[in-house]
Amino acid sequence: MKFGIIQFPGSNCDQDCHHTLSNVFGQPTHYVWHKETSLGDVDCVVVPGGFSYGDYLRTGAIARFSPAMKAVADHAKAGGLVIGICNGFQILCEAHLLPGALIRNRSLKFICEHVQLRVETTDSPFTNACKKGQILRVPIAHGEGCYFAEPEVIAQLKRDDRILVRYVNNPNGSVDNIAGICNEGRNVFGLMPHPERASEKILGSEDGRLIFESILAISHRSVGLQPGRSWYVPAPHVVSPLRLSRRNLQRSAMR
Amino acid sequence: MKAKIIVMPKKTVLDPQGKTVKHALESIHFKGIKDVRIGKFMEIELEGGDKAALKKQIDEACLKLLSNPVIEDYEFTIES
Repeated sequence: MKFGIIQFPGSNCDQDCHHTLSNVFGQPTHYVWHKETSLGDVDCVVVPGGFSYGDYLRTGAIARFSPAMKAVADHAKAGGLVIGICNGFQILCEAHLLPGALIRNRSLKFICEHVQLRVETTDSPFTNACKKGQILRVPIAHGEGCYFAEPEVIAQLKRDDRILVRYVNNPNGSVDNIAGICNEGRNVFGLMPHPERASEKILGSEDGRLIFESILAISHRSVGLQPGRSWYVPAPHVVSPLRLSRRNLQRSAMR
Repeated sequence: MKAKIIVMPKKTVLDPQGKTVKHALESIHFKGIKDVRIGKFMEIELEGGDKAALKKQIDEACLKLLSNPVIEDYEFTIES
């Protein structure tokens, strides 16, 4: 699967994502500078963490107007996969690709620690390799990770099973313990925790791998990523997770 | 001409900064404080022109960039 990682001035998790996708998972991965109007040949776009444009005005507020984000919106509209991590999640919310907003942590502190996430649904291209209710240990590193949306939006997210991950112990005051949500088409995912920083044993946790293994599992299926058509067919036979063992993944990565 | 814009967190949105400042004010013995909310104040220098057109333009700027309607309310005045 081909990955494109957007780079804004102030992005600082772009190289972590590149390392994880290219070196750990062996996937063809390239950077997309924020001034590019095209993403190139990509199946999945990563909007990485950092402090795009210095977080001026509001987190993600200025980044969302960059030319690359217009291309990301078109990619999402065509059914392509998009994952926004940390600042990427904030940017996707500002760009209205995801509902709600991320505001200052309730404690007003920048929190940098490993947290436990509960996988709330496996019915998505980003969590299908997990088990429902599975606990993942993944780090967070943010000052503005408190998810907020009006009650009717939260109700809608719940109704549509779009809350993919919740915090076990809410670190930042997020409404309903929300750590990550997807869009209506289920092809755009935003989360505050950093799965790319938890994909190797040496980093203290490998649980973040499951997010990327889920994405890769999609490319191993017959469901094509065709422009103009959503990849997502919410039928049970498609949704049922195709479990990939580590060895299989490595083998496919070497191919 | 100058546009003066105030952006405030919505009433329904948690404002931990405001809460912390309220506690700080109380700790230095300011009495009778019911609530503190903290927002942003912006000034935009304008070249001038038709006030109604400018008003429309600033309103659009507030909606698109200067505020996030999901979490913030805004108001502004345009002064000569």
